[in-house]
Amino acid sequence: MSSKRGNFKKILIANRGEIALRVIRACREMGIQPVAVYSEVDRTALHVRRADEAYLIGPAAASESYLNIDRILDAAKRSGADAIHPGYGFLSENEKFAQACADAGVKFIGPSPQSMRQMGSKTAARQAMERARVPIVPGTANAVQSPEEATVIAAKVGYPVMLKAAAGGGGKGMRLVHAPGDLRSALEAAQSEALRAFGDSAVYIEKAIINPRHIEMQILADEHGHTLYLGERECSIQRRHQKVLEEAPSPLVDEDMRRRMGETAVRVAQASGYTNAGTIEFLVDGDKNFYFLEMNTRLQVEHPVTELVTGLDLVHWQIRIAQGETLSFEQKDVQLRGHAIECRIYAEDSENNFMPSPGLIQNLQEPAGPGVRVDSGVYEGWRVPIEYDPLLAKLIGFGSDRAQAIARLRRAIQEYFVGGIKTNLTLFRDILADPRFIAGDLNTSYLNGLQKTPPDISNVEPAAIAAALFVALEQRSSSSSGTQQEIQEAKNTTNWKSTARQEALQ
Amino acid sequence: MLYEVTINGQTLPLELAQIGGRWQCRLGKDKMAVDVPLDVAFVGPDTISLIYKGKSFETRRESSSDGVRIWIDGESYPVEVSDPRSFRGRKKRSESEAGPRKLIAPMPGKVVRVLVGESSEVEAGQGIIVIEAMKMQNEIKSPKKGRIQKIAVQSGASVNAGDLLAVIE
Repeated sequence: MSSKRGNFKKILIANRGEIALRVIRACREMGIQPVAVYSEVDRTALHVRRADEAYLIGPAAASESYLNIDRILDAAKRSGADAIHPGYGFLSENEKFAQACADAGVKFIGPSPQSMRQMGSKTAARQAMERARVPIVPGTANAVQSPEEATVIAAKVGYPVMLKAAAGGGGKGMRLVHAPGDLRSALEAAQSEALRAFGDSAVYIEKAIINPRHIEMQILADEHGHTLYLGERECSIQRRHQKVLEEAPSPLVDEDMRRRMGETAVRVAQASGYTNAGTIEFLVDGDKNFYFLEMNTRLQVEHPVTELVTGLDLVHWQIRIAQGETLSFEQKDVQLRGHAIECRIYAEDSENNFMPSPGLIQNLQEPAGPGVRVDSGVYEGWRVPIEYDPLLAKLIGFGSDRAQAIARLRRAIQEYFVGGIKTNLTLFRDILADPRFIAGDLNTSYLNGLQKTPPDISNVEPAAIAAALFVALEQRSSSSSGTQQEIQEAKNTTNWKSTARQEALQ
Repeated sequence: MLYEVTINGQTLPLELAQIGGRWQCRLGKDKMAVDVPLDVAFVGPDTISLIYKGKSFETRRESSSDGVRIWIDGESYPVEVSDPRSFRGRKKRSESEAGPRKLIAPMPGKVVRVLVGESSEVEAGQGIIVIEAMKMQNEIKSPKKGRIQKIAVQSGASVNAGDLLAVIE
């Protein structure tokens, strides 16, 4: 089945935003022509502007465009693309899409539909992990049938326990139970919530891990039986189960723990015949025990931190593996160097309960300089649409150690400016200055305890002067007597331009 | 040019002058306040590079539905500038707790649910309308305890930032 394929000439990217840009860049570096697809509201999006070809695939709603398998495969056919890169989100973990690509004779850059199916089902994944001797959170794989059964199981795994909806996700149908007396009512509540949310009341029991860390392991597997791990990423800083900041390596993980987690991750991947890039997520408790949580069968948002500390380009390797190449290095060649931290810059107002803030980007200044990488999907003058994920860009800081990476990010955030829409940039200023973060003392409820840095009001005077200067300039350019042409010019360009010109003439 | 600048809860008189192409300013109520020279460069849209008392500041202006902010070094200062000679600048928005209050869409999005009907009694902080934007649902809450006088949108409607959603009396 995996006969040696030739090199791809053209890759269609079934995604949008910064990740589409990321893949376009890899294509260019490898001499491959990138093909974009876009919805009606994304005509002027950066990924469309930067691609060689672009195909409209439908209306704004993702279900009618970026999730529409037929329209995407039609674009692939029309463009003559050899392969499809799914990015993350949208169709990236959809086994039907991977199968449809195979049926259409287009290479899906990712694992086979079979391994996606196995990893997609919670119970199937749990059973496969047990067979592969992978540590999982103690508990049941099947739904509990009665409160009596629940009492027996809970006593066996030990309190506190977590009740979880079998069909669930996103915190629905979940209950934390500290003591036997609370079990019965919590079970009833979880079951009825699960029924309402998912149409299925099945609830299972796991040992509760209080304030765990969330640490994941990157793997690469070629189609010739080689699977390697590329080190971990610490992703404990989350808000509403959404990652906010990630770093590599984890401040917690030492050489020995890395090797054990890495070898476990390789076993997980091999148990499902996994190929291409993948990530195994673990929960880690206070005693540094790690438990398999789930596998993400795609490129992760936070892949750049691994790229920076390993020196490997993960998107290049995804493409090379899909082309049938063999991994050209061994486990001992994977050496971590330095430290990288990623901040996810979202269009949401961190000063106002993280309200989404789509709209026109009136002014944009992205940072640059040593150890700063910005993977951005936006530009000044572009309107961020309301229909999609609020991720604008990823700001990644790299340094020879963690302290330098933090210092570079703090400097970069000072340079960063997004005007016209609100962002969560100030959240990162708070995190990067927080003693707990600097000490590496992290867990998934870290953000709940984060203190807001009091606003620095030392620049009130220059701010007041600048505010008045802006007004003075506007008044002057609107009242200045000039020829009809000058007035027209002032209207067409900005006041600042015409004023600057006046200044220059003086 | 004399202005009143309201910043951080205080209102300061600020006089700007340009003499021979060079800017200077006098800030504050103090009779002893002196003119300070400014070095002003317009370096981009809504961006001024200001050198003041020997320090260099990159200042940016951001205008939005909730007013004007000046940004310096990642910190933002909400400001109001009024020209004492013009009536326009004298107007002050005042909205008291008493009387009907408008519920305004804080961002563009789609109305996915209307949680209460007209004439129903609501508590302060109670969810009135759910707007979805960027894959997230956001409850827009009542600013006060009272009665819903009017619901101005229907489920499924698209709204822009600043659109009227409901009136609470």
